[in-house]
Amino acid sequence: MNIQFICNNALIETDQSPSTTLLDFIRKELKYTGAKEGCREGDCGACAVLIGELKNDKIIYKTINSCLTPLAAANGKHVVTIEGLNLYELSLIQQVFVREGAAQCGFCTPGFIVAFTGFLLSSYNLSVDEAIDSIAGNLCRCTGHYSIIRAIKNILDEVQINNLSSAQRLKKLVDLNIIPEYFLNIKNKLESFKKEQPLTETNDDASFTIAGGTDLYVQQGYKLTREKNILIHLKISDESIRISDNNCFINAAVTIEDFSNSEIIKAIFPNVKEFANLFGSLPIRNRATVGGNIINASPIADITSLLLVLDAVLIFSNKGSVREVKLSDFYKGYKQFDKLPEEILSSVYFEVPSGNYNISYEKVSKRLHLDIASVNTTMFIITDDNRISAVRISAGGVAPIPMLLKKTSVFLTGKQISEETVKEASSIAAEEIKPISDIRGSAQYKMLLLNRLILAHFIKLHPELFEEVTL
Amino acid sequence: MKNDDWVKHVTGTSKFINDVPLLSGTLHAFVFTSPIAKGKIIDLNYFKALELSGIKNVLTYKDIPGVNQLGTIIKDEPLLAENEVHFIGQPLAIIIGEDEHCVRNAIKFIECKIEEEAPILDPREAFRKNELIAPPVTFALGNVDAAWKECDVIVEGAVNSGGQEHVYLETQSAYSVPLEGGIKIYSSTQSPTAVQRVTAGILNLPMHKIEVDVLRLGGGFGGKEDQATVWAAIAGLASYVMQTPVKISLSRHEDIMLTGKRHPYSSDYKIGLNSEGEILAYEVYFYQNAGASADLSTAILERTMFHCTNSYFIPNVKATAYSCRTNLPPNTAFRGFGGPQGMFVIESAIHKAASKLNVEPCIIQEKNLLNEGDEFPYGQKAVNCVSHKAWFKAKELFPFEKLSEEISLFNIKNKLLKKGMAVMPICFGISFTNAMLNQASALVHIYTDGSVGISTGAVEMGQGVNMKLRQVAASIFSININKIKIETTNTTRAANTSPTAASTGADLNGNAVEKACNTLAERLKHFAVNLLKAKDIDQLKLKDEQILNTQTGTSILWDDLILQAYFKRIDLSEHAHYATPKIYFDRTINKGNPFAYHVYGTAVIQVEVDCLRGVYKINSVKAVHDFGKSINPAIDKSQAEGAIMQGLGWMTLEEIRHDSRGKILSDTLSAYKVPDVHFTPEVLEIEFLENPNKSAAIFNSKAIGEPPLMYGIGAYFAIANAIKSFRQEVDILYDAPFTPEKVLMSILGSPNC
Repeated sequence: MNIQFICNNALIETDQSPSTTLLDFIRKELKYTGAKEGCREGDCGACAVLIGELKNDKIIYKTINSCLTPLAAANGKHVVTIEGLNLYELSLIQQVFVREGAAQCGFCTPGFIVAFTGFLLSSYNLSVDEAIDSIAGNLCRCTGHYSIIRAIKNILDEVQINNLSSAQRLKKLVDLNIIPEYFLNIKNKLESFKKEQPLTETNDDASFTIAGGTDLYVQQGYKLTREKNILIHLKISDESIRISDNNCFINAAVTIEDFSNSEIIKAIFPNVKEFANLFGSLPIRNRATVGGNIINASPIADITSLLLVLDAVLIFSNKGSVREVKLSDFYKGYKQFDKLPEEILSSVYFEVPSGNYNISYEKVSKRLHLDIASVNTTMFIITDDNRISAVRISAGGVAPIPMLLKKTSVFLTGKQISEETVKEASSIAAEEIKPISDIRGSAQYKMLLLNRLILAHFIKLHPELFEEVTL
Repeated sequence: MKNDDWVKHVTGTSKFINDVPLLSGTLHAFVFTSPIAKGKIIDLNYFKALELSGIKNVLTYKDIPGVNQLGTIIKDEPLLAENEVHFIGQPLAIIIGEDEHCVRNAIKFIECKIEEEAPILDPREAFRKNELIAPPVTFALGNVDAAWKECDVIVEGAVNSGGQEHVYLETQSAYSVPLEGGIKIYSSTQSPTAVQRVTAGILNLPMHKIEVDVLRLGGGFGGKEDQATVWAAIAGLASYVMQTPVKISLSRHEDIMLTGKRHPYSSDYKIGLNSEGEILAYEVYFYQNAGASADLSTAILERTMFHCTNSYFIPNVKATAYSCRTNLPPNTAFRGFGGPQGMFVIESAIHKAASKLNVEPCIIQEKNLLNEGDEFPYGQKAVNCVSHKAWFKAKELFPFEKLSEEISLFNIKNKLLKKGMAVMPICFGISFTNAMLNQASALVHIYTDGSVGISTGAVEMGQGVNMKLRQVAASIFSININKIKIETTNTTRAANTSPTAASTGADLNGNAVEKACNTLAERLKHFAVNLLKAKDIDQLKLKDEQILNTQTGTSILWDDLILQAYFKRIDLSEHAHYATPKIYFDRTINKGNPFAYHVYGTAVIQVEVDCLRGVYKINSVKAVHDFGKSINPAIDKSQAEGAIMQGLGWMTLEEIRHDSRGKILSDTLSAYKVPDVHFTPEVLEIEFLENPNKSAAIFNSKAIGEPPLMYGIGAYFAIANAIKSFRQEVDILYDAPFTPEKVLMSILGSPNC
């Protein structure tokens, strides 16, 4: 079956393997060379493009790393490269970048322009912080980003697009000389596409399953692009996150970005946005999925850290039959888990917490943002005054698997929060974990770090009890 | 003035090697490299690889028609290993095939038996085993041995600084096309002539048979000064043998694995001061981790020595340096070129001495700043010295005594969050310290329509040198800058070029362009004397796109002038050569005048450390920097900002790690973190210190590429000071980078951090 999409203002139809990366297709087949290969691991953003998808009568544009995205993900959508943003003269964004000297060698620059245009096209929140977050997946080694931040702030000052409907906003961006006029016709073109063909679901013989692919393409990119027979999780139901019988169900294919923007999730975990910002850059969050993070089985998986303390259950489907596994029982060893090869993780659910609970997430990595954790931990706690009535603490990076600190949690339950209690809990935690020395830090460091992060959970919760804390 | 290159960048129309369409029949190359850091090669069998579909050939050193040698300063580095391997990643064979995937896939079909020996990874161990790249070097001033007894305080210590990966966003790439017995190589190199010379040697061809062409680089930072050559030579050799075009381009992972980094250093120092805080004596030993072969290590080590006293005058100095051979990929040039490593040691010494004297380090720093006429340990005198001017301007604009008080107050109020600050003065010498390299040439053509094409040896890698050269020509001809184009850097138009390095690109090539344009301007005036009925050429002036008779007011438009000159068979092309005057260095006594001038400045850095979690953020960097008289403030400011960020990265989160076998662990961008947008300080302020520079620069400007990087060194001490205000007795290890791990472990007082 052919893949059909619009690239910039042209209709593209191809019979290339659906697992080819979008970057290779754009550069080699379409000969658009503005998107660059900088790392092929989603760390630099030089390959950034926009993917626009028709949803509820409007197009939602998302910035993605084309180096980690299968061509199939473009099917039925609008792909925008830097070439598709060029106007007869420089766009407003381009003008301000030039004015502020926000480019040096130029290799990363198209990625920044694309990512920031994506922000103006689709972001709900047009604050400076969100704008900076939108380009946080782009690395510039020459400028050190300061001139880029300057340019972005200046553009935000000049662009007033708050409170506009999607169609009005698009029109306004055209009027402001930010995007070309052809964007106004894309909606009609996308509507005229036939319903997206199921590249997914029924392919029982698939040798490979990809959700977002943000780690699979890093680890096995070469192999994947040669897989002819591949199952790509593309379709998710409209009700991707829902509450039913006081349980919150999350479709495994929900992206981290959709997860963190979900009103349901925000109601349960008000700090989910900060959590997501530590998880990864926007282009990664736009592709990476909740299910992928679980099945990838990394010992420092961020979503898993959270779901463990919510006592989540995984639902696997296998040719019509269904099986449930508790997340805390799922991992058996490094990258080993309780799943048959033919089973596919279809969703995750947990009981919606109630009462006076708190969820605290802590992560320390070498670089504060967008880095793999040395240690991460999440705490779910219900307190009554300062007495702990229920608590679960997870820890990542300290064992071959992301783990629930069961003994530590049992010890804390029923105790009054105090410095002494927390320190005792930390020493119990130290016995539960088995960190190893690696590139993320020495075993001794990780041991100390977990101790400190557990303390951090409680200090955030009850700063007044820890004013005299000694370290 | 805006840089027109930026217009191409923001529209994605600037082309890099991988963006250029390939000729039909192009093959791809990759290297089979040593999986062992040290050993003897017993057998190399690639017959299975040859049988794979798509594979066209596998080349070893036996296929090299000329000399198997990459080394430029010291001839100690084969292109392809012959009998021994000396680092993991050392090329043994070149695989040539139809696409970039099949040549990589073929690697696992090559068998290599190597008799493994224990590698040396630590420079001090190499020193003990007498594994030195070159004999030790000593610079001396005064008499340290006699000075110690005058000192009231003597402090000794060891200092370590880590390597640094360049992370130029465009990885190493080259494309070679055979052409009538020779080859043309498109290379992403800072040194087109080095690529030409080395490839000529490897192919046993005269240099004129090798044409090297460079359009632009997606970043260089020194990483493509010497180490682009190997990839260009591989493409060159493969295309010469196969007589087809051959391309090689590394992935990020391969690039990090296979190429050299900034040199890690381990150093010992002894510093002596009187009770007033005056530094009387400084003795230092540098152990440079050179990697497996010389590359540029000896020149880099020499620059460490030149900058070992930073911007201070110390009357008695003895500095000794060892370039130590280890079994890591050869380390190489990186912005600062050994200077930052030397400066980090003296700053560490001052920091520790301040702690012993119980004063703020900035008291000692201020007291010992260079004065006009002071002698550096290498014999040169400080001339037009603005170390005090920059320092006191910084003190006035960013009052650091007040800042220090504010920080103290903050630290009293906050138990777990501590702020710290540091002041970082710099002094950096400009010129290649190998005096021979301080030359450049320019070839200027004026075409009959009045447009101008200029070829020089300068390579554009984002530093804006092309724009600066255009500005020079536009100002002399007084024509619109859009009439001036800088051509690719090409060895057939600019021969025997020096690398674009040592921050000298605009100085050297700008002077050559100025000379050529002045000659042309003069020639055009001579031609116009009759046309404009002038008495002599002094009456004529090139002004606003015309040549003007200043006496009569009559004029001819530039475009007409050029066309008429052409009709009268006037030569509209000019070549000029420039050599920096008055520089020399006598290596028998290690004294001389190696630098055309020095660049000065002072920065104030403030950080905030979360002592609970061991993480930190850099709040602000504010600098007063000596730009000379900047030709292009927009470019220069952007250069300074970028350099500062690289310096901050080197001191904080950029950490190169190897396992005990010499294999790099920080081998991807997910394992090696460089500053991202969130890491950028909230405040980054750079104040231009106007200081017109008369010596050997272009239009009174000063070189900008490297010096500001060294402001970043202050971040180490700002973090150290913040930690000390959390726990006074913390032992600062002077072991950069100051990663969050080291922060937390040093707060704990762990001996292992």
